[in-house]
Amino acid sequence: MSEKFDVIVVGAGPAGTACAYTCAKNGLNVLLIERGEYPGSKNVMGGVLYRKQLEEIIPEFWKEAPLERPVIEQRFWMLDKESVVQFGYKGLEWGQEPYNNFTILRAQFDQWFAKKAVEAGALLINETVVKECLVEDGKVVGVRTDRPDGDLFADVVVLADGVNSLLGKQLGFHKEFRPDEVALTVMEVINLPKDKINDRFNLSENQGCTIEIFGDSTKGNLGTAFLYTNKESLNIGVGTTLSSMTKAKLRPYDLLDHLKTHPMVKPYLEGGESAEYLAHLIPEGGYRSVPKVAGNGVVVVGDAAQLVNAIHREGSNMAMSSGKMAAEAIIQAKNDGDYSESSLNRYREALYDSFIIKDLEKYKDAAHTFEKHPQYFNDYVPMMNQAASKFFTVDGTPKREKQKQIMQSITKEKGRIKVLQDLYRAWKAVK
Amino acid sequence: MHIVVCVKQVPDTKIIKINPKTNTLDRRSAPAILNPFDAHAVQEAVKIKKRIGGTVSVLSMGPPQAVAIIKNSIEIGADRGYLISDRAFAGADTLATSYALSKALEKIQEEMPIDMVICGKHAIDGDTGQVGPGIARRLDIPPVTNVIEVTEVNHKEKKVLIKRKQINGYEVIEAQLPCLLTVEKEVNEIEYAPMPNMIKAARYEPTVWSVNDLNDVDKAQLGLKGSPTVVGKMFTPPKPEGGKRLEGTSDEQVRELVTLLAEKKNLFNFDVNNS
Repeated sequence: MSEKFDVIVVGAGPAGTACAYTCAKNGLNVLLIERGEYPGSKNVMGGVLYRKQLEEIIPEFWKEAPLERPVIEQRFWMLDKESVVQFGYKGLEWGQEPYNNFTILRAQFDQWFAKKAVEAGALLINETVVKECLVEDGKVVGVRTDRPDGDLFADVVVLADGVNSLLGKQLGFHKEFRPDEVALTVMEVINLPKDKINDRFNLSENQGCTIEIFGDSTKGNLGTAFLYTNKESLNIGVGTTLSSMTKAKLRPYDLLDHLKTHPMVKPYLEGGESAEYLAHLIPEGGYRSVPKVAGNGVVVVGDAAQLVNAIHREGSNMAMSSGKMAAEAIIQAKNDGDYSESSLNRYREALYDSFIIKDLEKYKDAAHTFEKHPQYFNDYVPMMNQAASKFFTVDGTPKREKQKQIMQSITKEKGRIKVLQDLYRAWKAVK
Repeated sequence: MHIVVCVKQVPDTKIIKINPKTNTLDRRSAPAILNPFDAHAVQEAVKIKKRIGGTVSVLSMGPPQAVAIIKNSIEIGADRGYLISDRAFAGADTLATSYALSKALEKIQEEMPIDMVICGKHAIDGDTGQVGPGIARRLDIPPVTNVIEVTEVNHKEKKVLIKRKQINGYEVIEAQLPCLLTVEKEVNEIEYAPMPNMIKAARYEPTVWSVNDLNDVDKAQLGLKGSPTVVGKMFTPPKPEGGKRLEGTSDEQVRELVTLLAEKKNLFNFDVNNS
């Protein structure tokens, strides 16, 4: 019989690697399996890495990790066809330790993170697909890979196999996710010289900017677009729920083209050279979609457990924290010699007690509300633009009169009651 | 039967970019991989081992990170790996490289007699194909290049039957062991490595030798000093002139394409207007 490990982690993304790292650091015999050519080769995200959760795993990681730029400015755009209402925050305190967040390129970052796990003692095996969990007497005892002699055994199997988690489905932890529970995001990395980026985004050396774009960026569908600055490239992307995409008959690449050629966006990209094109599903079902996360000899972390806060574009940080919490439960289980569901439920408890599930719970109705009531993106974003245009246009109308006109035009279009209803509903969804 | 395979870490030239200012390879732009021909060399050694038993060693010269390709070789099924890594080797051309590798092979020979050396036909970054024959010359063993099949290995009688690729077909050669082969990609298909090899490779630490670990080395023949090759000029081949782009509906485009093809050459024997 082949060698038995303490832990087999399936998937070397942020969640799996955080788990493998923490377990290995604590002396456990860990095998980390990645299907890509190397960790990060198949992983996609917009590009914002939050500092806090990784710092809890690797203190002062920013001194060695391959990061692009610390983000010192976050802008939000309400985009209409030929206009935009913007707000945001820029603060130099985010440009120095301890930082708030960074832009990263996943192919590089994930390789570095996995290397840290290997240095801590984990074994990393690339280019290997786990086909199923091996189950004996209701207990997960290992995995079957697609390689010859490919069965491997462990006390605990960690499912970090990403958004579609076929392994979680195999174990009956979740059903096939519905199209409204996942978003399809497409993005491009566009190479642009450093000084051009700094000029266009009003940045200095080692300063980054992120722009979240709502409204016309998704042609009014539920979703967002983003434009982030790397050292010498930009990440631009757009995503909507799969259900909206199907309903509106959108093609993801058309949506990205629409964004790239939008008159408010185009000048930022001028002269850039497309370096990479990526697409990925994002689990956005939120609180209600979180599957069973612990079973006998098995835990589920990261995207596989649907741990993404779409409203706050948080995902990789939650993935890392969940990986760490799972590792802590596994270490405790190892000390007790008990890998049963009730023992590993310590992970579930920690997860539900943390910001992760609390935040998902807060927004549990948000996606559903905005999906069911498309007026937020369809109507109110253009209205905001018209209002701003009217208010800031100097045409001799007294300002008080203008305010009145604006309010009237909004209520006239929708009716006062309807507007109040919409406001209340939105507030309820995110309160 | 002890087979040593010489392997090289190369930038993946499928995706590498060329710095337009200096006309040199921008090595950061491409990941470092096991030279594809060398992967076939390792696979062939492993195949021979499976047939008649023995040991497969791999040898590489390169920076410390070349350990990665030795691990790749272990995945394919090699038993042990040696890396010679030293600043003294840096900047070597094919002459200095074959000298350094032959010295390392002599050292391996002390540990376990070598029956066969296998190399890839050439490395995809230099494309010279000189190091293999250079090693054979220095070790004074017969070189057999462009191998497409190792038909038979008779360890007892120290004989090997080989097919060599020729411009018109192939030739069958019998060679004495020990000998050195350089293999074409056709020699085999790389197998999907079994899991135990993967685990062994993930844990494997190769033997690393510096120049001082080798015996009777004339340092003047190593590295840049021992490299008489002068690169006269490096340039990116000019891009071919852009072709004609067909516009219009797909019907129009097809029609225009057919017309063009028909005009260019008498390739087709039909009336365009009837299509």
